[in-house]
Amino acid sequence: MTRLSWFNVVSLTLGFAFLYIPMLILIIFSFNESKLVTVWAGFSTKWYGELMQNEAFLNAAWVTVKVAVMSSTLATVLGTMAAYVMVRGGRFMGRTLFSGMIYAPLVMPEVITGLSLLLLFIGIGLDRGVLTIVLAHTTFSMCYVSVVVSSRLVTFDRSLEEAALDLGCSPAEAFRLVTLPIIAPAVISGWLLAFTLSLDDLVIASFTSGPSATTLPIKIFSAVRLGVSPEINALSTIMIAIVTVGVITASLVSKRAMVRQKQEEQAAARTT
Amino acid sequence: MGDIVSSTVFEPWTDPQAEPLIRFRNVTKRFGSFTAIDDLTLDIYEKEFFALLGPSGCGKTTMMRMLAGFENPTEGSIELAGRDIANVPPNKRAVNMMFQSYALFPHLNIWDNIAFGLRRDKMPKVDLEARVEEMLKLTRLEKFAKRKPHQISGGQRQRVALARSLAKAPKLLLLDEPLGALDKKLRQDTQFELMDIQEKTGTTFVIVTHDQEEAMTVASRVAVMDEGHLMQVATPDRIYENPESVYVADFIGDVNIIQGRASAVGGETYSIDWAEGQGQLTATSATSFDNGQTCHLAIRPEKVTITADRPEVADNVVQGRVHDIAYLGNLSTYHVELPNGTIIKAQTANTRRISRRSFTWEDPVWLSWTATAGVLLAN
Repeated sequence: MTRLSWFNVVSLTLGFAFLYIPMLILIIFSFNESKLVTVWAGFSTKWYGELMQNEAFLNAAWVTVKVAVMSSTLATVLGTMAAYVMVRGGRFMGRTLFSGMIYAPLVMPEVITGLSLLLLFIGIGLDRGVLTIVLAHTTFSMCYVSVVVSSRLVTFDRSLEEAALDLGCSPAEAFRLVTLPIIAPAVISGWLLAFTLSLDDLVIASFTSGPSATTLPIKIFSAVRLGVSPEINALSTIMIAIVTVGVITASLVSKRAMVRQKQEEQAAARTT
Repeated sequence: MGDIVSSTVFEPWTDPQAEPLIRFRNVTKRFGSFTAIDDLTLDIYEKEFFALLGPSGCGKTTMMRMLAGFENPTEGSIELAGRDIANVPPNKRAVNMMFQSYALFPHLNIWDNIAFGLRRDKMPKVDLEARVEEMLKLTRLEKFAKRKPHQISGGQRQRVALARSLAKAPKLLLLDEPLGALDKKLRQDTQFELMDIQEKTGTTFVIVTHDQEEAMTVASRVAVMDEGHLMQVATPDRIYENPESVYVADFIGDVNIIQGRASAVGGETYSIDWAEGQGQLTATSATSFDNGQTCHLAIRPEKVTITADRPEVADNVVQGRVHDIAYLGNLSTYHVELPNGTIIKAQTANTRRISRRSFTWEDPVWLSWTATAGVLLAN
């Protein structure tokens, strides 16, 4: 371990303070006894209790989780398929165009994605609700999954798939029995990423949600317009916790897989 | 082949009645504008240990991948046991392959790796277990059954790959540079192990290698390839002793190539005019040469005798100076420079200790060889 110089300590403190003080204040005040958000009146968890009574918030939370699970699963299936074709498909006509277009939503302004989806749903006469939010979230999170999965597939030894075919697998079996288990860590971390993105999203969801379905970020946003309540703080704290767990798990899963792969490669290099 | 009783020698390729297991008929394979295999015809017989030998890019791996079903010929046909296999996908062929990278499934242990192919065939559990145990025993891997591929050594991984590809008892086993990743000592041991297993299982093996020593050691026949063509297909000793072209002579082992013009002196004997101020050389050849035709005399260094004094009787004799000595321990190769600058290599066994060796750098020496020692080649 190297000791940090005073300059580095200061920069680090400033940086982290900048990033985390707002959230820290939010978390602290979610445990405030007082109804006034800015006045500390002692520790309490009563706002969490009240949150549990609030039907509207609970409904929104349930919708959000449903949307996140469905959209991230759908995005993972589609994103993995897209990554597989891009990496394994060989050189077909328009391959560069396709792979560029898969990643375009990464940089597309969310407002535009949301608006275009809204126009599409109106155009085909689809009533806005859970289904439309799921479709919209799948659309924008799929590219993240395909980035994560294709970076794993690039380093994947192709002869493993050939060996599976050689030993009697159909191409689909080879994918299920050999490719998928080996790239599973990347697929899982892709799923977690998509899940977290869907939980967070406000802009696209507000374009594509309808009166029948409201997600938590939308609910919070509209509640805050009427004034910040400690209940909102409590709710936000819970969301921060969920997202943190999601992101940390995703990075741990992919990091552990990477470390293990490296160890296996080193072991292979040592003994041959 | 049941009616062969005359000899115990395994030479089905000399028997016109024998049915080949694999038949390449005028096979051409192109990748875009690049021709990897050019109008190639080849028969491989059952129980053979057949080696495809050549430098990288000669098309040997393409041949193997066509047998495995990963590539299809552009023209021509490939038959396995009398059946055209052009449109049979790899998972439906009675052919298994051992990959150069071994391609062991990292998420499965050794036992499950070996059982993988048997499970695809829906083999009953009892038979499957017996077969896997048999394979583990054959490759001496019983102790490692529960380990993962990254927990065993390179040599053990190589044996797992072999066991896995043999488990389904294929008609034909393909081995792609099977020993390339092993160090030299282990490679030599493994070569004999491979031959042993091939004999025990009676499987036809086709091995791809760029290592000529390996091909010579393990194979019943060797095919030397270059740029998509077969240069020569023969037993290792014929490839070494009777190469049909300068390419083959040069590719296999060490060789001196002396270019000159042939003129017949009667029978199968030719004299070769090869350099200004040098006497003519004498060589015999079964193939005939026109008078004045350009020829190449290929002669192995170990067939050239090196002496301090001019030998009394010799068909061919030249004088030179020791230019360089390559000391290999058991052998020494002397690079002898002739007055016209040509270097001829002569190899001798070091039967005496190095301090007592008869020649050293710059010593004048005589080189001699018999008329039958070399091979006369047209190109």
